[in-house]
Amino acid sequence: MKLRLKYALPMLALLAGGPATAETLRWGAARDIYSLDPYSYGESYTIAFLNHVYEGLVRYNEKLEIEPALAESWEVVSPSVWRFKLRPGVKFHDGADFTADDVVASLARVSDETSPLKGNLPTYKSSKKLDDLTVEIELTGPYPLLLNDLTNIQIFDEDWMKANDSLKPTDVSAKKEGYATFNTNGTGPFKVESRVPDSKTVLVKNDAWWDTPKHNLDRIEFTPISSAATRVAALLSGEIDFTENAPVQDVERLAASPGMKVMERTDLRTVMVGFNRKPKLADGRDNPFNDLKVRQAFELAIDRDLIKKRVMRGKSRSAGAMVAPEIPGYTEALDQFPPGDAEKAKALLTEAGQDGLPFTLTCTTDAYVSEEELCNAMVSMLTRAGFKPSLDIGPAAVQTPKRAGGQADVYLLGWANEPMLDSYSLLVQMIETKSDTAGVFNWGGWSYPAIDGKIKAASTEMDRDKRLALQTEAMKMAKDEIIMLPLHQQPVAWAMVDRVESVAQLADNKVRHWLTVMAPAK
Amino acid sequence: MLVFVLKRLMNALFVMLAVAALAFAIFQVAGDPVELMANEQMSQADRDALRERLGLDQPMLVQFAHFVGNAAQGDFGMSWRNGQSVLGLIAERFPATMELVLTATLLSLLIGLPLGVLTAIGRGRWYAEGLQFLSIIGVSLPSFVVGILLILVFSVMLGIAPAFGRGEVVNLGWWSTGLLTRSGRAALVLPAIALSLYQITLIMRLVRAEMLEVMRSDFVKFARARGVPRHRIWFRHALKNCLMPVVTMTAMNIGALIAFALITETVFQWPGMGMLFIQAVTFLDFPVMSAYLVIISFIFVVLNTAVDITYAVIDPRLREAR
Repeated sequence: MKLRLKYALPMLALLAGGPATAETLRWGAARDIYSLDPYSYGESYTIAFLNHVYEGLVRYNEKLEIEPALAESWEVVSPSVWRFKLRPGVKFHDGADFTADDVVASLARVSDETSPLKGNLPTYKSSKKLDDLTVEIELTGPYPLLLNDLTNIQIFDEDWMKANDSLKPTDVSAKKEGYATFNTNGTGPFKVESRVPDSKTVLVKNDAWWDTPKHNLDRIEFTPISSAATRVAALLSGEIDFTENAPVQDVERLAASPGMKVMERTDLRTVMVGFNRKPKLADGRDNPFNDLKVRQAFELAIDRDLIKKRVMRGKSRSAGAMVAPEIPGYTEALDQFPPGDAEKAKALLTEAGQDGLPFTLTCTTDAYVSEEELCNAMVSMLTRAGFKPSLDIGPAAVQTPKRAGGQADVYLLGWANEPMLDSYSLLVQMIETKSDTAGVFNWGGWSYPAIDGKIKAASTEMDRDKRLALQTEAMKMAKDEIIMLPLHQQPVAWAMVDRVESVAQLADNKVRHWLTVMAPAK
Repeated sequence: MLVFVLKRLMNALFVMLAVAALAFAIFQVAGDPVELMANEQMSQADRDALRERLGLDQPMLVQFAHFVGNAAQGDFGMSWRNGQSVLGLIAERFPATMELVLTATLLSLLIGLPLGVLTAIGRGRWYAEGLQFLSIIGVSLPSFVVGILLILVFSVMLGIAPAFGRGEVVNLGWWSTGLLTRSGRAALVLPAIALSLYQITLIMRLVRAEMLEVMRSDFVKFARARGVPRHRIWFRHALKNCLMPVVTMTAMNIGALIAFALITETVFQWPGMGMLFIQAVTFLDFPVMSAYLVIISFIFVVLNTAVDITYAVIDPRLREAR
């Protein structure tokens, strides 16, 4: 009987029209993933892609809220100890059972000294197995954002890692290629069928997935096409079905083409202006940007609405707050900004005794949407308001050391609060005083002990509402001081053939094809 | 003769060292890779540790000596971007680039040679002048524009050739070839045309100039006087005498084609060495960048040295001159 059932089931499925319509989604991306190993290089795009293959203990749902994934439930045992109940019956792609050992080994791998993702679990201390389906994670102290961090920590199979000498992360300085760079064994909705770097990575549906699929895809062919014009051409000529990176200038044309559709929104990344705040500028002058009046004049000189209208073609969202509305800690009160007023700016600049203030505006060519146009527009707005800006623009590889090294007088910096999706990310990385563990992106070199106090308090506050209130206060103080001057959230556009019925496009601009539904091919 | 060959080889070695040094000097101003490698959450202490592990905290001379020492043993390290061995990465991409370059070379010879003869013998006729004019466009159009135009016409409008990629490939040992599958051959057409366009015009102009020269020479006049048929004079006597410089130029240009293929490869998402290099540059993946530069210059140096030595073998006067 058992044997018969084995044959009967596929037959039934065939009759119901199930697997007969194999759906393949051809996904053309702007760039390739770096590796099949999510821990090889801490990069959001690669990790987001590998979420099709590997899963974490928790994940974000369609509303960007945290929901259970490989863990069914969790509780905070003591301020620094969390206990996770794991989901029973989960299998890895090779058929192995998912257990507590896998979680412990994966956490050990990701928090290893040489792991590039170590920073994604900043307060992690250790973990231990209580029984096959229970794990305790110990932290260095009370820390409210563990779940946010865990959404990006993907779980490997311990035995598989042992068998393939991959218990430690791949270390580029060790001169040895890692097995996990080319091979996968996850629990996720798709399995890797093949990968040729820079040309094609093929995923196939994991029939043994523990969750009920919301997608109807059997196969995903992921192809990087780095040239934007070629990518659009490939979409128009029917060689790909979907791209999450439609060039801004082609959006209208794509939307107007028969059989195409475009989905647009703004993402989480807020593009901001940062000021050098060291006592002296790089050229040895006393730093005029330490005068709040100068920074206020700067803000008045920038007409955000004009930038939105002229530079961003109406597709961006002008911002007064340093974080997007989707980020916890955001309040509408912080999102207010004064309208651009060149006359007022000029008067304020004169009052500060800095008429005709010369400085360099450091921009990149490849980091943000329409950045060159944006910087040029800012230069002319600032010039009209009595500043004397000169534009220094180049590839991010060249500009980043300048900005990080304090050689830029004024610079652009975008922050999406990834991967934790909480305003704490911005505060600890950018606003807090620079130290070994904080303020890595405090490129201007400022220090506001009062704000630091709020951020430190938030970092151990386990009550979510209280914590977010602290963070909002810190952001209000930073806003009053104009530490960073937010400009806007940038637009994103996904383009696809209209056979793609639904795609989950969330504010984090990550592709989640386990939620994609396609109409059957004709 | 032996002394000459040794001298040439020594020269080649010095050129290689100079290239490596130059590459190194460029890296010093290219920016800080750690700033690009580190993810947003990485602390300053971890960044410093990473810098140390990669040896970036060492003085430049030490780094250089280290690099030359390893490179001499064929060890170019690991790619910082994806944790693969650099040599493996380049070996993986090499077949794609070579197939593209050799097809483009073949195309440029097959089209350039007859066109050159045609414009020489038809000098002053409308078609010859027309071809001459078109060749100016061919020389001056940047190859990425040519590539995008080809994609627009043949992929988007006509839908007869793929816009990107290499199609299906077959692995013959470590060599992956697209020549054995239908989609592989289809994918090769547009990039090969885009890459060869410049070469076609170059060969056409070279052959034309040489042909005009040869046609004026005495032996052609005598042949004509003896009543040898015209097509025989053109294609046997005259063309043969033009081929030497064409062959030399083609051999030398293979190196240039490999180097310039990077633009074509980027436009067509051709998974070759050029695209690997472009991506390494945007990421400041120094091991890949330096290995690519060294290998490309190695190909140049080998081709040049081989040509020099061949010439010396053929023409003893060149040996004495040095």
